Amino acid sequence: MSVVDIRDLNVTFATDGGDVRAVDGVSLSVDAGEVLAIVGESGSGKSVTAKTILRLLPETATSSGAVVLTGKDVLSLSPADLRRTRGEDVAMVFQEPSTALNPVYTVGWQIAEGLRAHGRMSRREARTKAIDILRTVGIPDPERRVDYYPHQFSGGQKQRVVIAMALVLRPSLIVADEPTTALDVTVQAEILDLLRSLRDDFGTAIVLITHNMGVVADLADRVAVMYQGKLVEQADARTLFAAPQHEYTKRLLAAVPKLGEGPARAAARAAERTGEREDVVVARNLVIEYPGRLGRKGFRAVDDVSFSIARGEVLGLVGESGSGKTTIGRAIAGLTRVTGGSLSVLGTELLGARYRDLAPLRPEIGFVFQDPATSFNPLLTIADNVAEPLVVHSRAESAQDARARVDELLEAVQLPRHFGDRFPHELSGGQRQRASLARAIALSPTLLIADEPTSALDVSVQARVLELFAELQRDLGFAALFISHDLAVVDLLADRIAVLYAGRLVEEGTGAEVLGAPKHDYTKRLLASLPVPDPVAQAERRLELARLGGRSTS
Amino acid sequence: MAARRPVLSRLPVVHQLRQSVGLQRGMLVTGVVIIGMFLLVALLAPLLAPYGFAQLRDEDGAFGAQQPPSSEHLLGTTVGGYDVLSRVIWGTRTALLVIVVAVAMSLFVGVILGVVSGYLGGWLDRILVVVADAVYAFPSLLLAIVVAIVISGGQSSVFGGVLAAAISITVVFIPQYFRVIRAETVRIKSEAFVEAARVIGASTPRILFKHVLRNATRTLPLLFTLNASEAILTLAGLGFLGFGIEPTSGAEWGFDLNRAIGDVTSGIWWTSVFPGLAIVLVVLGMTLVGESLNDLADPRLRARRRADNTPPPAGDPVSVVPGGANSPTTSLQDELPNPGEVRA
Repeated sequence: MSVVDIRDLNVTFATDGGDVRAVDGVSLSVDAGEVLAIVGESGSGKSVTAKTILRLLPETATSSGAVVLTGKDVLSLSPADLRRTRGEDVAMVFQEPSTALNPVYTVGWQIAEGLRAHGRMSRREARTKAIDILRTVGIPDPERRVDYYPHQFSGGQKQRVVIAMALVLRPSLIVADEPTTALDVTVQAEILDLLRSLRDDFGTAIVLITHNMGVVADLADRVAVMYQGKLVEQADARTLFAAPQHEYTKRLLAAVPKLGEGPARAAARAAERTGEREDVVVARNLVIEYPGRLGRKGFRAVDDVSFSIARGEVLGLVGESGSGKTTIGRAIAGLTRVTGGSLSVLGTELLGARYRDLAPLRPEIGFVFQDPATSFNPLLTIADNVAEPLVVHSRAESAQDARARVDELLEAVQLPRHFGDRFPHELSGGQRQRASLARAIALSPTLLIADEPTSALDVSVQARVLELFAELQRDLGFAALFISHDLAVVDLLADRIAVLYAGRLVEEGTGAEVLGAPKHDYTKRLLASLPVPDPVAQAERRLELARLGGRSTS
Repeated sequence: MAARRPVLSRLPVVHQLRQSVGLQRGMLVTGVVIIGMFLLVALLAPLLAPYGFAQLRDEDGAFGAQQPPSSEHLLGTTVGGYDVLSRVIWGTRTALLVIVVAVAMSLFVGVILGVVSGYLGGWLDRILVVVADAVYAFPSLLLAIVVAIVISGGQSSVFGGVLAAAISITVVFIPQYFRVIRAETVRIKSEAFVEAARVIGASTPRILFKHVLRNATRTLPLLFTLNASEAILTLAGLGFLGFGIEPTSGAEWGFDLNRAIGDVTSGIWWTSVFPGLAIVLVVLGMTLVGESLNDLADPRLRARRRADNTPPPAGDPVSVVPGGANSPTTSLQDELPNPGEVRA
């Protein structure tokens, strides 16, 4: 019996640039106790499709077709009926748990709010129910925690609370829009476990929207692939991963980075490198503290970390959010003050250095930022932006003067020359990140710092940017610090991998050492938590993780 | 999307005019028309006004005080014997002059201070913020009166009067520009492209003016229009209280209103209604433009046409990024045929 039945759905948005058809003739159905994953890259219409089930579309959208949810067509419900349907028949779990909860109310109040909106209930009854549901989603000590405010929970627990809110009226369908994207990989595994238990224990149907093929392999029973607003393929998970039919699905799966390809490449690179090892960056007992507010102790982001990067070597820095990996990258680029230990970059000591002291260092360091959307001045053309380092370091009089070199650079990153005349917002994410690489290598730096350069990109685009990075590194021979939360990505590029946990370096070694035979417990857990895009292998890994006791305190 | 839009459509108001629909467009157009007429009248005052602003008599003799509207004096004459229509028309010049001088000065000073203070931070920032808050907390009209007295001793010629009014308004407005630009600067300072400029090694002035300032000026047209209307009100307030411009050296609506107080109770309506109407109209025009610019700048407040849910013409690949007109997003899209077949 199908819980929701979407028939020939069309959604069109009115935008400043004309009408945009976001969903085009999509038909889907989800059975009770089934997890349907909708996958696709950003802009494929997957989120819009799912939100239509709750009729959560902005005013600028018009839709046609039918969304039949337990016998009612959601698209033609009256506002009162719609309100009743939301929560009782279908509920939603959002991507960012920290913004989905109201910070000024206790979580108990927020859960009760949903209950009270759907029928009379005394305060005491609602509280009992809230405690029950918090226990169901695995919040320890729910009798006490029901009175906590959202900021008193960790990210993973907040997502559990959000799921509890969605679950409290026992809806037959839960729509989860990228429920684990904002979470660390170890926490992600726990949330996926929770969603799986909802399906198994309560028979709740789940529509899961994600771009992460590993998550799909871990949780989904059936997969629908969307591309440019159309449904291109639909199959059960094992079939889809084993034998994708549509050209797009095949490319999507091929683009997912997999663990275990790196060591061979790293070995090849190591063989090419000859001669004396010359260190470009040396950190000894590095400490970085952020000053606290008046009277409070500062926050120690990096604690007693030692590592080095040799000329022409790629060091991959892995860790969860808050582990201090970005802080280290920023410190090397002189964006964050070093507060203790020693950090020497190309022979210059950064402890106690001022902005001016770093001037001779600047042309030797390139930096690629995480979010390509904000790393370019939106009012300058791409050519002007890329020419900026050349102009600042007097290699060219003006941006026009530097145009020949800029064209060379754009070609080096495989962008057409005429893209130089465009403005940053006229490029896609992947194109912008390539332009960002062009700017970083403009002065032929000795050292390149890449701070999660692909985490904001779609999988297929990510694959091409990573390939380009590897190519440029081979041709230009710069040393690189590659920061990422994704082990598979780091594995692909890095000669050596360093694992950070809560500001400390827990493990360092070649890819084969760290990923092949991890010594530290945290590295083991990190590895086991990483979902692989293969349902069969992932099921085995899940057992492995359970054996490791992957359930941490969050 | 084309590589560059034509220059005309990138100008502040013209661009918004094209973007707007419905009621918002009506508001914006009304505002623009009122301001346009205001500017035109100010420019052509010598041609439009039947008499001079300080003229008391013509070849037929004195106008006479408090004459009702007639063919001689379309809007009547004031208690001082001036022609109301002429003073209303000449008043646009004074108003325009004050707006231009006041807003230009406060814009210049406020923006520079805001950018420097916001970017550098530290003790300079703290002192400036405290000073700005102190000025902010002061009743603006009282402050304007104090400044007017300091500058001109209370009475003055047309330029002295205009300058006194303009400078007093400037002092009141600088904190507004300062705060808005400072807030934008603090936000932009942490954006990745400013950090990118720092990593590149760009000098601080270069970062300030090339990267920060140009991106911080987004809200200025809005503030500009709203302040312009406030400037008129402050000027009128000053004039009404008697700190404005002498009637013989310039026409000023606020002063005329002040002189019309006695007339109101004796049923002489034309001396107060027309200068008052002029103030209301100009302020309304400015506010309409300012508010519509504000609404249009915010995509959440911007009204849009409804989409018609008909399929797009075949063979025209549409980028499906809600809210953003990105160019074709991925390389995959270039290489793949249009998705057609669905496998169930």
